Amino acid sequence: MTAALRLDVGYRVLHVWRRHMRVWLRYWISNLITNFVEPFVYLIGLGFGIGHFVPRIGNVSYATFVAPGIIASSAMFAASFESTFGTYVRLVYQKTFDAIIATPVSADEVSAGDLLYSATKSTLFSAVILIALVVTRLVPHPLAGSFLVPVVTALTGFVFGALGMIVSALVPNIDNFNYYITLFLTPMFVFAGVFYPVATLPAFARDIAWFTPLYHTVELCRGLVLGGTAGATMVGDFLWLLIAAVVLVPIPIVLMRKRLIQ
Amino acid sequence: MLAVGLTKRYGDLTAVAGIDFAIPRGTCFGFLGPNGAGKTTTMRMLTGRSPVTAGRLEVLGLDARVAMRAIKGRIGIVSQDDNLDEDFTARDNLIVYAGYYEVPRAEAEARADELLAFAGLQDKAKTGVDKLSGGQKRRLCIVRALVNRPELVVLDEPTTGLDPQARHIVWGRLRELRRSGVTLLLTTHYMDEAAQLCDRLVVMDHGRILVEGEPSELIQAHAGGGVLEVETDVPPREAADLPAVRAAAQQTEVAGDTLLVYTADLPAAEALAAQVPHRSYRVRPATLEDVFLRLTGRSMGEEEAEEEE
Repeated sequence: MTAALRLDVGYRVLHVWRRHMRVWLRYWISNLITNFVEPFVYLIGLGFGIGHFVPRIGNVSYATFVAPGIIASSAMFAASFESTFGTYVRLVYQKTFDAIIATPVSADEVSAGDLLYSATKSTLFSAVILIALVVTRLVPHPLAGSFLVPVVTALTGFVFGALGMIVSALVPNIDNFNYYITLFLTPMFVFAGVFYPVATLPAFARDIAWFTPLYHTVELCRGLVLGGTAGATMVGDFLWLLIAAVVLVPIPIVLMRKRLIQ
Repeated sequence: MLAVGLTKRYGDLTAVAGIDFAIPRGTCFGFLGPNGAGKTTTMRMLTGRSPVTAGRLEVLGLDARVAMRAIKGRIGIVSQDDNLDEDFTARDNLIVYAGYYEVPRAEAEARADELLAFAGLQDKAKTGVDKLSGGQKRRLCIVRALVNRPELVVLDEPTTGLDPQARHIVWGRLRELRRSGVTLLLTTHYMDEAAQLCDRLVVMDHGRILVEGEPSELIQAHAGGGVLEVETDVPPREAADLPAVRAAAQQTEVAGDTLLVYTADLPAAEALAAQVPHRSYRVRPATLEDVFLRLTGRSMGEEEAEEEE
């Protein structure tokens, strides 16, 4: 039993990660643009549309308030789509996992490398969005803490990458991801504080929000970029994400191994 | 390679029921058998895709239960379905794959060009894999399994789904590979493929090895030298009881309205034809296919009958 839970993971994880990055770089322009447009549509549409009626939250414009939430949610979506549709296509249709585990790279390393790639995409996309927000003056006065955002979004990438990959290891077909997205990710996107302070929700909803990873990512991103969040709160949010990542990451690796080695 | 009492069970289902085999270096060894015979499960155990339930399994002198990573570094695996990287060109497929074996970049590029030439794909080096034909993809899969200069190559149904031209090209490459000293291990359900390529082979069914030997030995021992296929005037089962048939036949078999008589040699089969009342007949040398069908059952009916017993 303990042997089944021990991970067979070493530096070869990087071979897998490099392979995925190589594919990504082949199509990087289209990859970046598609992942870039959607957050900006939300931001500009909601930021200016709703912002017209909600002039300021705290001491910033509504669009500026939403901006860090969009950084956070783009980290969530980047890792989630990669670890569900992306991973599943590699696993089932392209048989990339099969091809690589025929070499000295272990099944655990293939899964871990895949997960690392999901987390990398979270980090990259959210960093690009952060830069764009600053350049377009949607975030006119970013704090120095903004430089720590990639640490938060990387951690977020591991959490959502692991959750998505757990689903990938268990679902019988690709249509099942719609349940995960509609029932889990979309509600989080709406209720975890991206578009309004969670404090405005009723108490029970606030408690639920606390149990979602995105809530902590949003709070951290907003605190780091705009300020106004107590340091102790942010340390708590960071620990929440760190513990979630450490606990979650081994689970899909073991589940994938059971699916691959029978 | 050595297997002793090699067994694989999935719950109550026994996929491989304690088989023994030894494969000398530099030979081409075949695993034949109908679907579900346990060939692919055996291959999966050899290549680390399936843990051994019981028995001993050594690959290149290493214990497959503990040294799988080292084994995989020294073997090449060609799986049943093409699993090339659709996102890369033919050449990049080889280079990226070589990276998994820690082959340095410059060396990987040199090997990629050499292997593309070996596969006759030098003109396709920069072509995306999605633009290759079925036969070209298969050849690329095979040479991809050679990027680590393996001592043993395991091929699961290497030519399934290919047209005759493509199959012959693949066979040619595999023969050349064996001549260069690489041990080949393949599964197939094409008897002509086994006869063309294999020095030795086993026929498996229901998780067991039924026979093992050289193709010619197996034909001689299990099908004899000649076969008379005769469409009889009388019901074929009655024809099988004719004294002349009983005298000449090593074995008889009925397939539909045709009687098959296995004889010691071709003249015996020819001589017998005149003594059986027939509408038409055909005399031919026995083949591996006869061995296979005799051992594993010619029709679905026989297979089911066996299972019921």
